[in-house]
Amino acid sequence: MSSSKRPEPPFSPDRRKFALGMASLPALALPFGAMAQSFPTAKVNTTGLAVTDKEVIVGQLHSATGTMAISETGSIQAERLAIEQINAAGGILGRQIKVVQEDGASDWPTFAEKAKKLLVNDKVAAVFGCWTSASRKAVLPVFEKENGMLYYPTFYEGLEQSKNVIYTGQEATQQIIWGLDWVNKEKNAKSFFLIGSDYIWPRTSNKIARKHIEGHLKGKVVGEEYYPLGHTNFNSLINKIKLAKPDCIYAVVVGGSNVAFYKQMKAAGITSAKQLLLTISVTEDELLGIGGENCAGFYACMKYFQSLDNPNNKKFVEAFKAKYGAKAVIGDVTQAAYLGPWLWKATVEKAGSFDVDKVAAASPGIEFKGAPEGYVKIHENHHLWSKARIGEILADGQFKLIAESPNLIEPDPFPKGYQ
Amino acid sequence: MQKLRQWLITSDLASIAILAIVILVVMPLTADIFRLNLIGKYLSYAFVAVGLVMLWGYGGILSLGQGVFFGLGGYAMAMFLKLEASDPETTKIQSTPGIPDFMDWNQLTALPTWWEPFHSLTFTIVAVMAVPAILAFIIGFAMFKRRVGGVYFAIITQAVALILTVLIIGQQGYTGGVNGMTDLKTMHGWDIRDDSSKYILYYANAILLFAAIFVCRMVQRSKAGTLLLAMRDKEDRVRFSGYDVANFRIFVFCLAAVLCGLGGAMFTLQVGFMSPSFVGIVPSIEMVIFAAVGGRMSLVGAVYGTLLVNFGKTYFSESFPQLWLFLMAALFIGVVMAFPNGLAGVWETSVKPRLLRKRVAAAAQPKSPPPPPATLPTTEAAPASPSGAGTSGNVGPATA
Repeated sequence: MSSSKRPEPPFSPDRRKFALGMASLPALALPFGAMAQSFPTAKVNTTGLAVTDKEVIVGQLHSATGTMAISETGSIQAERLAIEQINAAGGILGRQIKVVQEDGASDWPTFAEKAKKLLVNDKVAAVFGCWTSASRKAVLPVFEKENGMLYYPTFYEGLEQSKNVIYTGQEATQQIIWGLDWVNKEKNAKSFFLIGSDYIWPRTSNKIARKHIEGHLKGKVVGEEYYPLGHTNFNSLINKIKLAKPDCIYAVVVGGSNVAFYKQMKAAGITSAKQLLLTISVTEDELLGIGGENCAGFYACMKYFQSLDNPNNKKFVEAFKAKYGAKAVIGDVTQAAYLGPWLWKATVEKAGSFDVDKVAAASPGIEFKGAPEGYVKIHENHHLWSKARIGEILADGQFKLIAESPNLIEPDPFPKGYQ
Repeated sequence: MQKLRQWLITSDLASIAILAIVILVVMPLTADIFRLNLIGKYLSYAFVAVGLVMLWGYGGILSLGQGVFFGLGGYAMAMFLKLEASDPETTKIQSTPGIPDFMDWNQLTALPTWWEPFHSLTFTIVAVMAVPAILAFIIGFAMFKRRVGGVYFAIITQAVALILTVLIIGQQGYTGGVNGMTDLKTMHGWDIRDDSSKYILYYANAILLFAAIFVCRMVQRSKAGTLLLAMRDKEDRVRFSGYDVANFRIFVFCLAAVLCGLGGAMFTLQVGFMSPSFVGIVPSIEMVIFAAVGGRMSLVGAVYGTLLVNFGKTYFSESFPQLWLFLMAALFIGVVMAFPNGLAGVWETSVKPRLLRKRVAAAAQPKSPPPPPATLPTTEAAPASPSGAGTSGNVGPATA
């Protein structure tokens, strides 16, 4: 059931590290035991969660199979890494974290079924999981009904806030407004062409973008187009762009459509030499598929890039590559997923309890100084204060950091004046 | 005693009774509420499988778009529940309180008129059955009257499934788009998420399923059932005998659609949401697999098939999160290769004759003269003649 039993390849490079870690265990065992004793299980777990004197069970719920697997694998890996690091450093309240992994299979009802299984049968103390909004919407009633705790990593459309969810990605305004201000000020963009895949996140994002462009930047939206998920023929769109001649293309195209979109743009001669493009939906993960050479010079607004130059991030990238291979790339969401277990640990330690009610109540104000993206803090509305950054796409599939918001941006899932 | 035993082995009523014991007694006693709710969900798919036995097994019409009707029933129920969950009090954070949240996100400022009737439960229940039936009638009328059948019909049903998916996803302001309709809470103030209501819904679902099985059994035993079989095997002969083949096909297509709609509505009630992922081509094909695994000539077999496939799905995906899709594929391929007539076929051709032979042998031992019904096994093994149409367990020649 638990994938901690998953056989590791013999002689993997991790093996040695693991053995070294084990060797250091006896030396650390005493403080662990003492730690667990000062937090007796009866006290830290009053609601019957799967917490014993030695371990605490958490759930992991992503798509390991299906169309979303390619996106969610990074999140699965990052959460595993964080949990391993926490365990190596002594666990939470003296307890080692054990993971029960379930596969949502890119299918929203399956997500709901598995969420329920984790909460009702496994009684997990927290769940790290979900990726698409649809999957989050499917499990949200389950988490609220069974009173579970979900750490959700993806940047998303906002318009939601729940006691039972911590959103470690950006809500829409955090990603959109500062980025638009930047292209407006630095690149003198006045007219925008909005493009999106046809579902709630791009639609909401473009709604906020349009309000900001028209209301605050006094600019113009010269086109707004949506295409079904998985759409791969963008020729008519490219013609419309050529006719409208926008200063800036604002792209919220997701998944496999991205590959077709950028390749066809390049084939039609729309490259960064002639055209400004800002996207909020391309990370290092997507660039693997698109190929950096097909969209080099375009800009993306995220909160994290793998190339960020700070000590936290260097350590994180190094650990990630040591575990998952030198070719592994880390996108914005992967980093946000990595924050989940750490934030949960800090919250549990502040609350002195695994109880979901206490964890939810203790969440606002929790800080994490070791975040690869830099300092983050949980807001009262259960989203994170975080910075926004502009990166330029390089031909090798990485980003060059161009600009960064001077301050942390306040999360505002229900933005007034943007509805 | 022997009579009872023989009845248990041969009668289709007995097989329904055994299924009833399994579903109504054994499952609730052995499964906790979480698992029972899952079984309830599987049983809501069983409506589709039972419908497919009629449509595909008896009618010889393969539809790869049954998810459409399942979805329509499910959405009708979801619309009613969503309206109840969107009262002005709980949605006061929205720009327009009192409409479903996804409408508000999509800048709708008033409830669309076609949503209005779904405030009424009576209307909803009628719609759950009537909407699929009407759509099935339109498709059936257009296709069967033109004598479109076989592969062409299957392709067209797939196209319909695709169209409806695109429509639902595209019109997200009216339908909830990819996310579907989520966060359904109460039905006339009755909380459908409670443990006690899960039990009630499970039983309601099970009883409806048996009602559906009995209706189908009635149809099978009627003249219409015989004609369906005859049409499947020799369409022209039936036509030359003066019957309008198309009308029977339209009827059975509508019947299957109504069952799907019921299943969809029960699904929504038990799972608490509805999404376009039940409408498309993949789930529709999956539903055909339920019937294929169970045996497409057997109503009871279809239910077992649905349960087996979904148990497998849940068990494999919980135990082997990385590998489970391969294991499911192996299960399907294995069943189809080894038992082309599904579980019911195995029962008919291997288990039943053996059980009967044992009985005959057992009866033969104590008394010296062998008992007269030595012919029994042979009649059972014989291919189904039209008169055998009534026994649901019977496996007809696979010529559909």
